[in-house]
Amino acid sequence: MRTPLIVRLGRSFDSRGWLLSGLVAAFALIAVPIMHLLLPPENPLHLSTWFITLIGKILCYAIVAVAMDLIWGYGGILSLGHGLFFALGGYAFGMYLMRQIGRDGSYQSDLPDFMVFLDWKEMPWFWAGSDSFLWVALLVLVVPALIAFVFGYFAFRSRIKGVYFSIITQALTYAAMLLFFRNETGFGGNNGFTDFKRILDHSITAAETRVVLFALSALALIGTLLLARYLVTSKYGRILTAIRDAESRVMFIGYNPLWFKLFAWTLSAMLCAIAGALYVPQVGIINPSEMSVANSIEIAIWVAVGGRGTLIGPVIGAFLVNLAKSWFTVSFPEYWLFFLGTLFVVATLYLPQGVVGLWSRLRSGVKQGGKKAIAAAKGAGA
Amino acid sequence: MRTIGLLFCGWLLSASCLAAIDPVLLKPLAAEDSDTRIAAIAALAEAAPEEALPILQALSEGSLAIAGERMVIVDGRRVLDAASNAEIKPAPGTIETIGINNRVRRELSAAMAALRLFSAERAVRWQAAQEVTASADAKMLPLLDRALASETDGEIRSRLQMAHAQASLGSTDAEVRLAAVRVLGESSDPRVKQLLLPLTEKRGDGWVEPDGAVRAAAGTSIRAIEQRLAWAENLGRAFTGLSLGSILLLAALGLAITYGVMGVINMAHGELLMVGAYSAWVMQSVFRAYFPEAIDWYLLAAVPVGFLAAALVGVLMERIVIRHLYGRPLETLLATWGISLFLMQVARTLFGAQNVEVANPAWLAGGIEVLPNLLLPWNRIIIVAFSIAVLSAMWAILNLSRLGMFVRAVTQNRPMAGCVGVPTGRIDTLAFGLGAGIAGLGGVALSQIANVGPDMGQGYIVDSFMVVVLGGVGQLAGAVWAALGLGVFTKFLEGWTGAVVAKIVVLVFIIIFIQKRPQGLFAVKGRFVES
Repeated sequence: MRTPLIVRLGRSFDSRGWLLSGLVAAFALIAVPIMHLLLPPENPLHLSTWFITLIGKILCYAIVAVAMDLIWGYGGILSLGHGLFFALGGYAFGMYLMRQIGRDGSYQSDLPDFMVFLDWKEMPWFWAGSDSFLWVALLVLVVPALIAFVFGYFAFRSRIKGVYFSIITQALTYAAMLLFFRNETGFGGNNGFTDFKRILDHSITAAETRVVLFALSALALIGTLLLARYLVTSKYGRILTAIRDAESRVMFIGYNPLWFKLFAWTLSAMLCAIAGALYVPQVGIINPSEMSVANSIEIAIWVAVGGRGTLIGPVIGAFLVNLAKSWFTVSFPEYWLFFLGTLFVVATLYLPQGVVGLWSRLRSGVKQGGKKAIAAAKGAGA
Repeated sequence: MRTIGLLFCGWLLSASCLAAIDPVLLKPLAAEDSDTRIAAIAALAEAAPEEALPILQALSEGSLAIAGERMVIVDGRRVLDAASNAEIKPAPGTIETIGINNRVRRELSAAMAALRLFSAERAVRWQAAQEVTASADAKMLPLLDRALASETDGEIRSRLQMAHAQASLGSTDAEVRLAAVRVLGESSDPRVKQLLLPLTEKRGDGWVEPDGAVRAAAGTSIRAIEQRLAWAENLGRAFTGLSLGSILLLAALGLAITYGVMGVINMAHGELLMVGAYSAWVMQSVFRAYFPEAIDWYLLAAVPVGFLAAALVGVLMERIVIRHLYGRPLETLLATWGISLFLMQVARTLFGAQNVEVANPAWLAGGIEVLPNLLLPWNRIIIVAFSIAVLSAMWAILNLSRLGMFVRAVTQNRPMAGCVGVPTGRIDTLAFGLGAGIAGLGGVALSQIANVGPDMGQGYIVDSFMVVVLGGVGQLAGAVWAALGLGVFTKFLEGWTGAVVAKIVVLVFIIIFIQKRPQGLFAVKGRFVES
């Protein structure tokens, strides 16, 4: 008899994994609300809004990093276009947030401000239903998934891989960025969406809303990790890894790599979109620069720094790089690009397995080093 | 022949040998009424074409004056009698300058242009012929007839014929108008089209042009002109497409080498373009500071400097980073992206975050007017020529030199090349340096038409990859066709959809194209074992 899915999911994490997830969930669901809402600002344990926004943002990035790792670390497909799916999720949810502004915009119109500004009389067809939360939640999942599916289907069917695939994903996100920069596209052009007021009729700037969004992001990350863990330890995951290592051999054995790759690719895009949808209400703005080529490549460096082919690695990488970014851009803005550039080079040259790989190497190094020391001591004694 | 030459010399050197003009003709020039004065200008020009020019010139410059009963020309301290052109001594006491209004000035310059049609110098006549074409009307017909009779230069003649036809349009004789409309149909000037258009229009109840045959001929002529105009427009588009294509080619050629030979995706390629562009700026500053008299030639100095600077950066990149990453293309991609961020910040630190200003040298300004509505700017022509030169040099290096032979050998089969003694490591460094240097040359060229700033490279990276991917890896010919094709395609599309949509369409087209032909336009023939 097959083991039920829920049991199999539960077995995906080992006890350490569950302990860690439990700790993170407890922090996000219990500690953060108490420390942010109940403790007065003077208390040294009080968490500021700035902190919650920053960590919430990085949690979303971490989801993207895990999604990236799923296709790059396990599938060997480097996408330079994941910023597109992230931004699409953000834009889809941003449509809902724009509608929630209602008549409180600067022009007091039913239409979003930028449409009034463009002198549009009614909403474009694709805005239909955007005032319904459920419909938009569906859009967040379906639109990026559809685009990823169609694009991936044709690309993988033609067996485009390696750098070729990277370059055309880059072209895809670049084309989308140009498209979204146009005012006529109907997504606010240059400025994108901003000035959000409410979400599900709750004020978006209220501390409670922020705490809820933060908790949701943390839960989404745990869920993403669980799902990814389940996938990579399953039979599917092993075939995906086999395709990464020797695609031709997998084909000769009788598998069609197309569907294996396509599933990972589409799922990855959907995870990115969810992250984008969680990101936009916390940050309060979405604009086409999220689709820029540079942003998408940065996602790859989170994964590379943390460690490809491990699931905790991308999360660590996303946190390390983004914390460094927010520290550098405030303290030494002119050195941030130097740091990031060096990080790219150092991570690829010296950290092929990322920080996680370094850690395990160090640990085994300590063990081996200890043995050597013992051997040396023995040698000296003899 | 010699006598004629002497005569002309005499005419040019001293106006005093001219025959005297009847003062009666001059008198109305000073009249109060503009109509009278305009009539006088025409009469004077007709009666004495050669002698009239200095007088009209004086009138337009405001140095024609009236002194008592005589018309005089004030020339510095001297006062000349307008009729005889002899100096008046002693100078008359009261001199009243004749002023002119805009209407008279317009007629005057037309009359003067007409008179200059008889100048001995070809350049003056050519200039005059162009001026009369702009303002020809029926009153000028006799003058144009005479000018046509004496004109020998073919180019000026055809111009005059055009002016003649234009002037004849106002004729009362339908036959004359018909002939004129037919002649005008051979023009390719948008202004002539504007001139003919009213002839086919209705005003009130009747036609502007009463004669049906003339009307029909005008329609035919307009269509002929429109065809020629459209042709010129397409020619212009093809040219801008060609120049865009050569820019793309310059940007992509270096990439074609580094990617083709080493399989290295160099994301810092755009920044190598930037290095070249900044070299042009540095050379401009150096010339400004030390050789201000030769400032126009800084660009020539920038070409080798740009090449060497970018090649140096490229060699350093290869030795320090890329060498360790061969066979790991995705990692190379990320590492070179890191280098590109690094180089951008270096440029920002050294030269500031703002764009720097690189001026076009004087010899790049202006252009060639091929057709009345088609001007080919020099800087674009030079860029096309430059990219052809770079392409030929690269072809020569790859196909004729020993280095090129090694490079090709390594491209085709790295282990075998190594086995027969090709120093593959050194070839990699040199080839990478060459590719980087060519990017530097592209940057020098770009500095003449685009903004030079720390972020400039980013804009070209996607485009140049598209060229390489579309053309097929390891093929110069592929890169050339892809670059030119993309350039021309983009420009024609731009005329139809606007720049941004054109760009999106091109990108989507390439994405779809790659699905159909993953090896690009020109795949290297042969059998390959996939990894």
